[in-house]
Amino acid sequence: MAENKKEKNLNTEVTIAGVTFKNPVMTASGTFGSGMEYGEFVDLNKLGAVVTKGVANVPWPGNPTPRIAETYGGMLNAIGLQNPGMEVFIERDLEFLKQFDTKVIVNVCGKSVEDYLEVVERLSDEAVDMLEINVSCPNVKEGAIAFGQKADALYNITKEIRKKAKQPVIMKLSPNVTDITEMAKAAEAAGADALSMINTITGMKIDIHKRAFALANKTGGMSGPAIKPVAVRMVYQAANAVKIPIIGMGGIANAEDAIEFLLAGATAVSIGAMNFVNPYTTMETIQGIEDYMLQYNIEDIKTLIGAVQ
Amino acid sequence: MGKRKETAFVWRQTCIAPDIYDMWIDTGLAEEAKPGQFISIYPENRSTLLPRPISICEADRENKRLRIVYRTVGKGTAEFSDYHAGKEIEILGTLGNGFPLEKARGKTCFLMGGGIGIPPILQLAKELKAMGNCQVNIIVGYRDANLFLDKDLQQYGNLYIATEDGSVGSRGNVMNAIEENGLKADVIFACGPMPMLRAIKQYAEANQVEAYISLEERMACGIGACLGCVCKTTHKDPHSHVNNARICTDGPVFDAKEVEI
Repeated sequence: MAENKKEKNLNTEVTIAGVTFKNPVMTASGTFGSGMEYGEFVDLNKLGAVVTKGVANVPWPGNPTPRIAETYGGMLNAIGLQNPGMEVFIERDLEFLKQFDTKVIVNVCGKSVEDYLEVVERLSDEAVDMLEINVSCPNVKEGAIAFGQKADALYNITKEIRKKAKQPVIMKLSPNVTDITEMAKAAEAAGADALSMINTITGMKIDIHKRAFALANKTGGMSGPAIKPVAVRMVYQAANAVKIPIIGMGGIANAEDAIEFLLAGATAVSIGAMNFVNPYTTMETIQGIEDYMLQYNIEDIKTLIGAVQ
Repeated sequence: MGKRKETAFVWRQTCIAPDIYDMWIDTGLAEEAKPGQFISIYPENRSTLLPRPISICEADRENKRLRIVYRTVGKGTAEFSDYHAGKEIEILGTLGNGFPLEKARGKTCFLMGGGIGIPPILQLAKELKAMGNCQVNIIVGYRDANLFLDKDLQQYGNLYIATEDGSVGSRGNVMNAIEENGLKADVIFACGPMPMLRAIKQYAEANQVEAYISLEERMACGIGACLGCVCKTTHKDPHSHVNNARICTDGPVFDAKEVEI
């Protein structure tokens, strides 16, 4: 199919804030580590980008277990952004990612504006193509989501980060808001270069036999195919409200799902929970997108973006 | 070959005790399987998305077959229990570190299993017997007289049984069986419910015996990426740089001294 792509002159490249990706398929933060584990299954060189697990200024231990619960057609997680802190991340994870011909987007988390800025500044001279700012994790009590659920708070933190960041800034939006367009507009107005959406939807599961919460954290973030229609709707709404590009995600399981997001207005897509169900999902999605382009005689993938009638 | 997801086939399946199923799977993964490792099986029903981690009970490397013995506890395992010979299944493996066999060399060992923690003890017992140069005492605990794998286990070591209702062997749990039979060991390998593993950790510390225990936790990816299945460790884990190790990748078998359970 690789030859086919060349013969037919398929262009799968997309560009976000001046960064060009060989194809629009990325990995959703937190589902793919920094690629080391999935590198045993897939060729990381073939990915549009690796979006890393959230990184903070210092190591975070995360939440108690159980951190995972299955739900109908999806799952809940309450990992609590466990991460080794930025120094280990730079030394180990970024070093690892340098070996591959793919773009690197680092997801940044924090408990205060200062925390975020510390990471953003520390990463400024590192081999990082873009920053994705996680202001939407529903599983961390302090900070984090507080920035993602109020338009003025989102505006302020975006502005602060935009001032300090050397790389383009993607703000990752929470779906747990009344009006997603208000949040998208606030981020855009503050200078965000792109948006990614949606983070997980806050959910809960109760074990009726134990009469107890399935997660130690009681609530968790819902992901997987069950949330896809919500994500498609929000991407569509946001794409019609702002001019900056959007990376769409939420339950993408295959090329059909990915194309749905592109048509809704996303410039790129991320595969999240479905990596757990099939570690080859990213590769199959990339292939499936090319097959779709051939089937419908589409030479340039960019013509699909927002092309829903 | 490393970890991989592949299509495998059910060779045969039987119910060997109430809610306990014994499945043999035709798969090349058998060649690399180590005792204490596990495979993940993907349910076909797409409403149950996540793979089910199940420990390897036996590996027949010559015929390329893996045996799993599992309890039906939810929708996923209920689906598996309906599979017949020839059924195509998606599996991921082999996962986890496995028991450190070399720690048994020249030692008297306890191989302890409780309930659905008994299956991985079988392959371990088999390999320790083949390795030789160690004395194997197998101590297993059941709820009642519905035993399983006991006939398999007795081929590979001295078998001691405990039942909660006292219907077979010692009344109580594996710890009661040790006491009643006056058993002593230099090294313990164990898999079972958390209260049993806590008791073993305590026993091992009090008697200055090495203990390697197999833990379980809710998992998503099974390969160390999602950080769902962590356990608290006494030292900073080299991967996470916090006191958390990943059960699926750094375990499931841990030195009891190094985990807080």
